[in-house]
Amino acid sequence: MNRTWWKILGAILVVYATIAGLLLGVPRLNILNETIRNLYFHVPMWFAMITLFAISVVYSIASLNRPNEDYDRRAVESANVGVVFGIFGLITGSIWAKYTWDQFWSFDPKQNFAAIAVLLYFAYLILRNAIDEEQKRAKISAIYNIFAFPMMIVLVFVLPRLQASLHPGNGGNPGFNTYDLDSRMRMVFYPACMGWIVIGYWIYTIRFRIRTLEDKQL
Amino acid sequence: MQLAKQVIYLIRKEAVLEWRSKYALNGVLLYVVSTVFVCYLSFVSIPNKLTWNALFWIIILFASINAVAKSFLQESKGRHLYTYLLASPIALILAKTIYNSLLMMGLTLIALFFYALVFPFQPETDIPMYMVATVLGSLSFATIFTMISAIASKAGNGGMLMAILSFPIIIPVIIVLIKLSKNAIDGLDRSVSMDDIGLLVLINAMVMGVSLILFPYLWRD
Repeated sequence: MNRTWWKILGAILVVYATIAGLLLGVPRLNILNETIRNLYFHVPMWFAMITLFAISVVYSIASLNRPNEDYDRRAVESANVGVVFGIFGLITGSIWAKYTWDQFWSFDPKQNFAAIAVLLYFAYLILRNAIDEEQKRAKISAIYNIFAFPMMIVLVFVLPRLQASLHPGNGGNPGFNTYDLDSRMRMVFYPACMGWIVIGYWIYTIRFRIRTLEDKQL
Repeated sequence: MQLAKQVIYLIRKEAVLEWRSKYALNGVLLYVVSTVFVCYLSFVSIPNKLTWNALFWIIILFASINAVAKSFLQESKGRHLYTYLLASPIALILAKTIYNSLLMMGLTLIALFFYALVFPFQPETDIPMYMVATVLGSLSFATIFTMISAIASKAGNGGMLMAILSFPIIIPVIIVLIKLSKNAIDGLDRSVSMDDIGLLVLINAMVMGVSLILFPYLWRD
């Protein structure tokens, strides 16, 4: 029970957030209307992605300091799962954009920079594939990962704020804080974020164990 | 002051090497000039000054990849080992970055000169501000590409990896640069561009700091 309670908690939170997110009342805002519910599905993906990339960079730093196969596996698997969450974030965002902006991809700065941030981690994964020798691969990819993480932060958090964007929260469009005024949304949004972060972490631990087993059989 | 002495010596070594085999330097120069000319011939029907501004940065991007990539990729393994025996890794990365920054600045200013020949500046252009943008741009290209070329050379499979690894990192810089130089071309008030200049300086400082911390780990084999 000690080791499984957080998995149960994550599953309950995600199920709750999905059902409550579709059924509970939401404030009626212009343009957004019912699509405001996407907040419960789209934003938690990014939080989960950032958390997993942060885990990845922490293990990369650890593996530079004390070279260790486990640290390297943890770094690559959390980056793998983080990339998947990033892609889900892009997909949920474009479905929402289809209904509010009338186009899946309208080259909004937020969309572009998020896509580039995901590209950055694809480059990390390709760099790993390019090197055969294991210890060398661990070291060089850890260095690139640490190099890329601050750039990802700049891409996702700094640059979109400097440009005109239609994304909620930018350029006078109602964002986070405006929704937060409505406590009904807060009741679903925070559990959704918590739940998806926990689920992402769970998937990463499973991936890590699978990779450890695979490497041992070789 | 051991470090400063090493850095100065290594920079001089790079310059002498470059000067002795003028092929690389002249090659990059010719590359820039002929790309400007080709772009002029193919885009001559587009009179829009903003397109020309974006085109200028694309030309500089590819020229700088070619110019900076060789700093680590083209060194033989033996010479690498010899340098590492004599100098500290911090001195090596500092020297390479400073040398590449100087090289890039010269290259960008030459390219800008030729560019201005085929496409003269508009009267409202804030030329000193445009110069600031070019200098900052060449600095950022040099710092980022130097570290990436060190990583790519260690990974052992040169050119393509260099492009894959550097493009996602260079895109934000290029977007800010294009915005900054567009402000200069439109002759906007200088206070408008201060944010962008600050961001570029910040990115440069960040990249430099991370490279200085990470390079000692990278060169140890």
